[in-house]
Amino acid sequence: MQVIKDKSIINDEWSLIRNIENSDPIPDGDVILPFLFWEANREKLINSKDKHAIWVDGSIETESIANDLKYFIIIALDFPTFKDGRSYSHARLLRERYKYEGELRAIGDVLQDQLFFMKRCGIDSFKVRDDKNIEEALKSLKDFSVRYQAAADDDATISSQRKFK
Amino acid sequence: MYKYDNYDQTIVNERVEQFRDQTRRYLAGDLSDDEFRPLRLMNGLYIQRHAPMLRVAIPYGLLSSKQLRMLAHISRKYDKGYGHFSTRQNIQFNWPALETVPDILADLATVEMHAIQTSGNCIRNTTSDQFAGISKDEIEDPRPYCEIIRQWSTFHPEFSFLPRKFKIAVSGSKGDRAAAMVHDIGLYLVNNEKGEVGFKVFVGGGLGRTPYIGKCIRDFLEKKYLLSYIEAILRVYNRFGRRDNIYKARIKILVNDVGQEEFGKQVEKEWLHIKEGVLKLDQKEIDYAKSFFTSPTYSKDAVDDTSYNEAKKSNKSFLNWTTRNLYSHKIPGYTAVIISLKAPDVAPGDATDEQMDFIAELSDLYSFGEIIVTHDQNLVLPNVKQVDLFLLWEKLKTKNLATSNIGLLTDMICCPGLDFCSLANAGSIPIAKQINEKFDNLDYLHDIGDLKIKMSGCMNACGHHHVGHIGILGVDKKGEEFYQLTLGGSSENDATLGDRLGPAIAKTDVADVIGKLLDVYVKLREEDERFLDTYRRIGITPFKENVYASN
Repeated sequence: MQVIKDKSIINDEWSLIRNIENSDPIPDGDVILPFLFWEANREKLINSKDKHAIWVDGSIETESIANDLKYFIIIALDFPTFKDGRSYSHARLLRERYKYEGELRAIGDVLQDQLFFMKRCGIDSFKVRDDKNIEEALKSLKDFSVRYQAAADDDATISSQRKFK
Repeated sequence: MYKYDNYDQTIVNERVEQFRDQTRRYLAGDLSDDEFRPLRLMNGLYIQRHAPMLRVAIPYGLLSSKQLRMLAHISRKYDKGYGHFSTRQNIQFNWPALETVPDILADLATVEMHAIQTSGNCIRNTTSDQFAGISKDEIEDPRPYCEIIRQWSTFHPEFSFLPRKFKIAVSGSKGDRAAAMVHDIGLYLVNNEKGEVGFKVFVGGGLGRTPYIGKCIRDFLEKKYLLSYIEAILRVYNRFGRRDNIYKARIKILVNDVGQEEFGKQVEKEWLHIKEGVLKLDQKEIDYAKSFFTSPTYSKDAVDDTSYNEAKKSNKSFLNWTTRNLYSHKIPGYTAVIISLKAPDVAPGDATDEQMDFIAELSDLYSFGEIIVTHDQNLVLPNVKQVDLFLLWEKLKTKNLATSNIGLLTDMICCPGLDFCSLANAGSIPIAKQINEKFDNLDYLHDIGDLKIKMSGCMNACGHHHVGHIGILGVDKKGEEFYQLTLGGSSENDATLGDRLGPAIAKTDVADVIGKLLDVYVKLREEDERFLDTYRRIGITPFKENVYASN
């Protein structure tokens, strides 16, 4: 499976578990689990795995996962449809308020024309929707060379570059 | 006015290229209709009844003569020779071909213009007072703050996919001419008890299906916190606004559901986290924005002119025009001129390419090359010397631009309606025509005086009917157009939503019913009382009786 990570296309072995009951056995291998499953099986998981990855959609408040961030090497943010913009706020909160430094991955309805915004909110890997051209999508990370407002990226804002008299 | 630097120019240029590529991918079939829709909408491009409609941003309504000439050029080259100025101080072109839109945007970019965020579920053009910078009752010019908000909101990465559209208005005067109470965020520049200037913050106003007047969540916000505070509001809204039902997705529904106080608390809580961060405005940033909105060099002897008063005495039509179409200026000897785009025989708010070129030329000659679009869909020349008024009026007459009806019955606000818009249930422009035909006696109109008629062709309320002194809402009844009237609305400091008059009326009866309402007003008014004040004093019953009794 290909994802865009750190501005290039790589092969990625993590599998995303969309549907699972909390009482189901813990899947083997590198899996991205729903946060609610992870939370329900917290102790077992912490004892049995060294690498943890979860996914959340916009209905799960960032505050509810904030205490467990140290466990996660990937947090995948779901965009059930690209019009659902809640995960943009969650991405910024995770990066800016809770100082999450692991991978933030966009999953779901991830399309070329949203990548620039996602990147600016601190998302650093992208599982572009399967029927879309991932090489084309990669280009959109560079749609704009300047930005007005500060966000989760380190790029300088226009007002910080202006020479005020 | 604000002048782009290399950064601003780079952003609009890159936007043109981005949209050119998006259009190419759409036409090549790589983007579905559904995927292209939000992309084109964020560039103000709708697919309408007959053709696409392109909405171009006019930040806080301010245009240079050069920009107005470009709008004339675009209407000539890509459209049918006219444009429609909207209630949000923007302009709309009704007939551009989709394939030409990237070229239109490229042309606009050459005069520091664009169509960014004029539609879609994002932060829209920030609107303001059409008399900003020249009013006697101004506390401070709101436009530098509008410009600061414009830049912050442009391509905001977090707030480009909000639950629904989001509109911000800033008013800098005691008299609210920006309708700030019916915006998602309404900001008023105010003095606190120490005499410092800051913002009073309202949220959750809006019209549409479920109209609300904005609620105050902060009495005084220091200027340096302008952006951090509105970012906090937007973040709470983006996270918690409803996304399951398009009709319940505006911030007004969220504010109403959780309650004004609780919503305010959530905003303050979020704000505490970001208040002192990067969004805190440096005085240098504020001063930089302010440096673009300085007064022109007014002539000291403008006040010595006597010819203006002479002309008023000797020419009744000129006198009529001066009583309605001027706005008192803070500098003696100067005045703002309101150019009516409500001539009887044209759709309200429309201007031809020739008229736009002509107004641009007049603004160069008489008003330092600036023009302002009002949310009543007229144009303003903000800085005209008294001595020039007579000649200006004579010139305006030659292009059907001197209708003396500002604030009168025929100065109607009107959405494009069924003739253009795919959302509309009923026509608006034909009703405007009907009203113009019935009320063609200027003396009668002047006698009736201030009267705001606002008309929308559907519940979405683009014509702001809820806040019209007389509001007209087009509804569809089994395939026939009917009109629901409301009375007593206002969008000013005393903002109120109109009351429903009674059952909807037939299309052919609208102007006659307005006549009946005015008969009641003429009979029962006291001295100089406006229609709105009479209505507020006597209530709806006498009006209702006169309209429905005969049926």
